[in-house]
Amino acid sequence: MKTAVRVWELEKRYGSTLALDGLDFSIGSGELFGFIGPDGAGKTSLFRILTTLLLPDRGGAAVLGMDVVRDLREVRKVIGYMPGRFSLYQDLSVKENLSFFATVFGTTVAENYELVRDIYGQIEPYRDRLAGKLSGGMKQKLALSCALIHRPGILILDEPTTGVDAVSRREFWDMLQRLRDEGLTILVSTPYMDEASRCDRVALMQSGRILGMDSPAAIAASFPKPLYKLRAGDMYRLYGALREFPATASVYRFGQDLHLTAGQGMIPDQDLLPYLQAQGLDDVVVAPCTPGIEDCFMELLSENQNQHDARR
Amino acid sequence: MMPGDKRDIIVVEDLVKRFGSFVANDHLNFRVSRGEIFGFLGANGAGKTTAIRILCGLSKPTSGKVLVAGQDVGTRPEKVKRSIGYMSQRFSLYEDLTVTENIRFYAGIYGLGPALIRERTAALLHRLELEHAADKLISSLPLGWKQKLAFSLAIFHEPAIVFLDEPTGGVDPVTRRQFWDLIYDAASKGITVFVTTHYMDEAEYCDRVCIMVDGRIEALGSPEELKARMGAADMDEVFVKLARKAIPRTEQV
Repeated sequence: MKTAVRVWELEKRYGSTLALDGLDFSIGSGELFGFIGPDGAGKTSLFRILTTLLLPDRGGAAVLGMDVVRDLREVRKVIGYMPGRFSLYQDLSVKENLSFFATVFGTTVAENYELVRDIYGQIEPYRDRLAGKLSGGMKQKLALSCALIHRPGILILDEPTTGVDAVSRREFWDMLQRLRDEGLTILVSTPYMDEASRCDRVALMQSGRILGMDSPAAIAASFPKPLYKLRAGDMYRLYGALREFPATASVYRFGQDLHLTAGQGMIPDQDLLPYLQAQGLDDVVVAPCTPGIEDCFMELLSENQNQHDARR
Repeated sequence: MMPGDKRDIIVVEDLVKRFGSFVANDHLNFRVSRGEIFGFLGANGAGKTTAIRILCGLSKPTSGKVLVAGQDVGTRPEKVKRSIGYMSQRFSLYEDLTVTENIRFYAGIYGLGPALIRERTAALLHRLELEHAADKLISSLPLGWKQKLAFSLAIFHEPAIVFLDEPTGGVDPVTRRQFWDLIYDAASKGITVFVTTHYMDEAEYCDRVCIMVDGRIEALGSPEELKARMGAADMDEVFVKLARKAIPRTEQV
């Protein structure tokens, strides 16, 4: 597989804050690659460096074989970038926004219409409406069309689904997967852990570091401990009891279940259920559970915290 | 207890809000009990923000009756504002004030006296394990701490109800769960929690959930009831099934 993005020893500081703490990785051509992590993880700093909008303090990066500092003009021609905040011109119409972005890149809407037909076609009936008057989902579609109209070699999308409702988020990821199927390399960042499953590979990020990087399935498979899910009539009391349970390593709310990791020798029927019964919790259902990305993220977070504390 | 403090802390009857010919809230009816955690969900543009602004006394209903903590939001919005707390995703903390300065500022606005402020400030810093950061500027704090502090300030004057508008956006999954610990604590003390979120796992943590579609309440009940009624495995499926029915209203020509 050809390399689309290469990053080496990349560091970025803002004053005393280390925003990017020595990143090293490569992304293959044609991958749909997700950077997943909370605000402050470094996702936007990384994307700004890759899009030549920010200079690294140390290390470097190359996009489609071109250095993001030395060859910045060439890099800018081949990337399609959708920044986190809505970046369209609010007082231009839908159609005007699209032609503006085409013109800036020395092309026309007609020349590349094929590329955006699927996505732009959905908002074309409103082509004369001002971009500022569009709903969130429509703005997203227009911004994506504008990022695509100059036929970029790579698409870089910074939190395109943040603050967007669950239904619109699904539709957006369907669009990205179709673009990937057509061969486009896509880098996308998100704070939503559940979106990891839509990516070919993901990097889990926190505090300027990559905690783990692999396919979602491989990350889930690397979860180091047995994981259980539990449910009871009184979830609040169950949560309290599990926090006090001596063998508990971690207990987290997961929607309608609680997820528990415990020390290796813990046998639920022998150790856990009698303990809970003794506390009056006699309707607890416990079952082994397949870890998801969010389980893995929290586990990596606590491992990382422990290493960090040990180094201190 | 506050005047009018009965079991139903929020009463909404036939609430209608129009902007010109656009009906943002179309005959809403619901009640929220004291100490309840009430989830308020809906797609972007479904009418949630309009309803919350009315419940907070920031906007008047076109018609209908809305009582919050026993006060009519149409005629006594100032009384309503005094009995509620509010926290939005863009929190209301002052970045260039310190932690204690922010606390003093908010407590002062709500008319708390100096002795009470000192006592509650100490308790708050202890509970959030923020004693070491008392004199740090807000701008220097991690996002997760800011969110916890913003929530604690929203309930610092011990309001009857706290409104949380997407309080957990952007934080890591551990911090997000710690935030819900704070919500449960507040509810167990009798504070009613009215919360919006885009995280469907958080919908499961609510006592009852209300889902708005196209300005109307499409579903209202406990997560268990809604899942059973919709034949859905989880709240994500409930939400998607309901919200898919929506006509994107801003897209109507």
